[in-house]
Amino acid sequence: MHQVEIATTKETLLDSPEMVLNMGPQHPSTHGVLRVILKLDGETVMDLDCDIGYLHRGMEKIAENRMYTMIAPYWDRLDYIAAVSNGLVWVETVEQMMGLVVPPRAHYLRTILTELNRIASHLLWLATHALDIGAVTVLLWALREREEVLKIFERQFGARLTCHAWRVGGMPNDAYDDLDADVRRFVSNFPKRLDEYETVLSENRIWLSRTVGIGVISGEDAVAIGLSGPALRGSGVAWDVRKARPYAAYADMDFDIPLGENGDTYDRYLVRLEEMRQSRRIIVQALDNLPDGPVNAKLPKIVKPPAGDYYHSIEGPKGEIGCYLVSDGTAQPWRMRVRPPSLINLQALRNLCLGHLVADVVAIIGTLDIVLGEIDR
Amino acid sequence: MLLLAPIDFINQLLLKFFSEPTISHVIWPFIQIGLVVTLVAGWVAYATYLERKISAFMQARLGPMRVGPWGLLQPIADGIKLLTKEDFIPEKADRWIFFFAPYIAVAAAFITFSVIPFGPDWAVITDINIGLLFVLAVSSVGVLALILAGWSSNSKYSLLGALRSSAQMISYEVAMGLSLIGALMFARTLSLSGIVGAQESDSVWYFVYQPLGFLIFLVSGIAENNRAPFDLPEAESELVAGFHTEYSGFRWSLFFMAEYAAMVIVSAVAVTVYLGGWYFPFVYRLTEAKGYHNLYVIVSLLIFLGKLSAVLYLYFWLRWTLPRFRYDQLMDIGWKWLIPSALINITLSALAIFVVQALDGWYGIKTIQSLANGLDLTASGKAIMIAMGLAGLGITGLLLARLNWRSRDFNLKSQRRNIKLVNVPQGKPAVRAVAPAASE
Repeated sequence: MHQVEIATTKETLLDSPEMVLNMGPQHPSTHGVLRVILKLDGETVMDLDCDIGYLHRGMEKIAENRMYTMIAPYWDRLDYIAAVSNGLVWVETVEQMMGLVVPPRAHYLRTILTELNRIASHLLWLATHALDIGAVTVLLWALREREEVLKIFERQFGARLTCHAWRVGGMPNDAYDDLDADVRRFVSNFPKRLDEYETVLSENRIWLSRTVGIGVISGEDAVAIGLSGPALRGSGVAWDVRKARPYAAYADMDFDIPLGENGDTYDRYLVRLEEMRQSRRIIVQALDNLPDGPVNAKLPKIVKPPAGDYYHSIEGPKGEIGCYLVSDGTAQPWRMRVRPPSLINLQALRNLCLGHLVADVVAIIGTLDIVLGEIDR
Repeated sequence: MLLLAPIDFINQLLLKFFSEPTISHVIWPFIQIGLVVTLVAGWVAYATYLERKISAFMQARLGPMRVGPWGLLQPIADGIKLLTKEDFIPEKADRWIFFFAPYIAVAAAFITFSVIPFGPDWAVITDINIGLLFVLAVSSVGVLALILAGWSSNSKYSLLGALRSSAQMISYEVAMGLSLIGALMFARTLSLSGIVGAQESDSVWYFVYQPLGFLIFLVSGIAENNRAPFDLPEAESELVAGFHTEYSGFRWSLFFMAEYAAMVIVSAVAVTVYLGGWYFPFVYRLTEAKGYHNLYVIVSLLIFLGKLSAVLYLYFWLRWTLPRFRYDQLMDIGWKWLIPSALINITLSALAIFVVQALDGWYGIKTIQSLANGLDLTASGKAIMIAMGLAGLGITGLLLARLNWRSRDFNLKSQRRNIKLVNVPQGKPAVRAVAPAASE
């Protein structure tokens, strides 16, 4: 990443009109422990550098010393806002390598619960993004809805945040009895609540003036940097892993991909709101067509994928989250590598921020929707 | 009056020790000052409680509920917490300035209360003939405290916050001062009690004559207080806490108190100048019957506080609803919208008064009752004035739209786009649907 020369002596500080401002790692709106070094002229950002790694746990290395089934909980702690999606990458990768066929009911339940997770993650994004721009009330409204999802997770998985949701070959247990009723209650209330947020934000002059034309990135640049998820679709590139390489039960689902036009913060905001609506659509379809049957495939005693390598990715809430797995035929992976969407999306920060004001940096960090647990791993 | 018997008793007691002029010029003012300072401090504490409760209702939660019934003792608990906290001073800070900045802030805010007419007669500490000018002058000393605090903290966030606040307060003070001139032309006095008296004798609150001036005053008042959506100096998501990032404990609470007190002052001025102050229809009848004078003062006081609370509620309401402006947009609003519209408002108000005066006596029309106590208009004069006030709103809107029609923020609505929904064809499934053949 680009390096900012930090003025250290008194002379250089006085000579240059620029001021170096250290934003983070303890800062209310860097969404965790991101450290952004800003070079400011007045309040205009002249240059910027990110310092990451404050949350590094070395989970990719740890994975080389664990059995395949023991690695899954580490995945839940990558993007802790979307533990359910993360877990799905891992189990599906292992299943693909082993050639396991997962029963359709498990696929459908996985679809329902990961889409619920996408809604929860986008709600938290909306909450913090609105808070960064100053609309405090939206924060609590969005968290209220997220709470409903977390309650469902708590009953299904026994945990609210880092749910160890899946097992290789299916699910640890079948859906709890009221899952259908709970989810249906949530999806029937949800559109009304989304409209409420839209009333507060979408037409709001201040919100428009803070987001329209801020952090613009063209489709070509976005592809060149490797952006994925809503950040890419906000720039008008129709790439969604759920459509391009359907996993779980997405091949049976009918849904649309929202696309922005200008690739600014406002477009990304609209894209995420619409994605929540589409997620709701998928959930309703999956609930209606939920097949009966077992939720677990028959597994060997020890999970040992054949030697070889495999890459599998899914559309996480933040973007394309993938797993590259190299097996040497033993019970432990030879190498595991995560494709972290947040880290790759963060690469765009400098391009997006240059020439904007400090206040916009905060808005742009918010619109990229990063989670430091996944960036640092 | 049973209610006021203690006052008479104290008066009698004091007369034994001091002479009459000493009492009326020294002792009573001190009692009044003590009362106002205590009550304002208490009000500030409970304004935080109210703000937390109101924001809680807006956000579908309960707010403070633990300390006392419905959390009523929460402000006291907070106060004790702040007093017992460490008074931290950063090593590199400019100690003395860092020490004194909060006092300047709090003093500037509290001194202003000396001229605020909470009610008629004894409910005002002092009524000076340049009251309004005094309020504007003293409350702008508050900027100094913010700059000193931000500078002496020797922290970049504080410095940025201080720079923002000084720029903001200076540019909005201009609009605020200019917006008041329209109302002053009607009141023909700068004394705050005199302005209320003028509205009483005309039986009209000036926001009816001056809708534009009232709007400008409210907006620039909120900006002057650094409240949301103009709370850039302490924007917590950008600058952590702005100019008071490095402050803690009691010194921090002084800044907090100054902020709330300044809010009360701007609302009080808004109430005094535009909402009739303590004047309310029919209340003056209490004075007609003898002996009810003190009751009249107390009722007026309550009316004033009621109006004040309504304006304060507007502050809370806006804060918890709107996102925050950006620094350059804030300057745009100040210089491109508020100041021009304040200038247009002055011109149009002067024109309106001129028209009404010129019409007086023309073909037997009578528009002006008297000029002794502000501008007293007859019913037809009032109608003309109100119509011209409303026309002024429209004219200013048109002029400013013409002035700003090229600006980006003005055309935001037309730039607003919708996203498009596409249904891309599905690719090859990544997940195997059937078991691989045995040969694989």
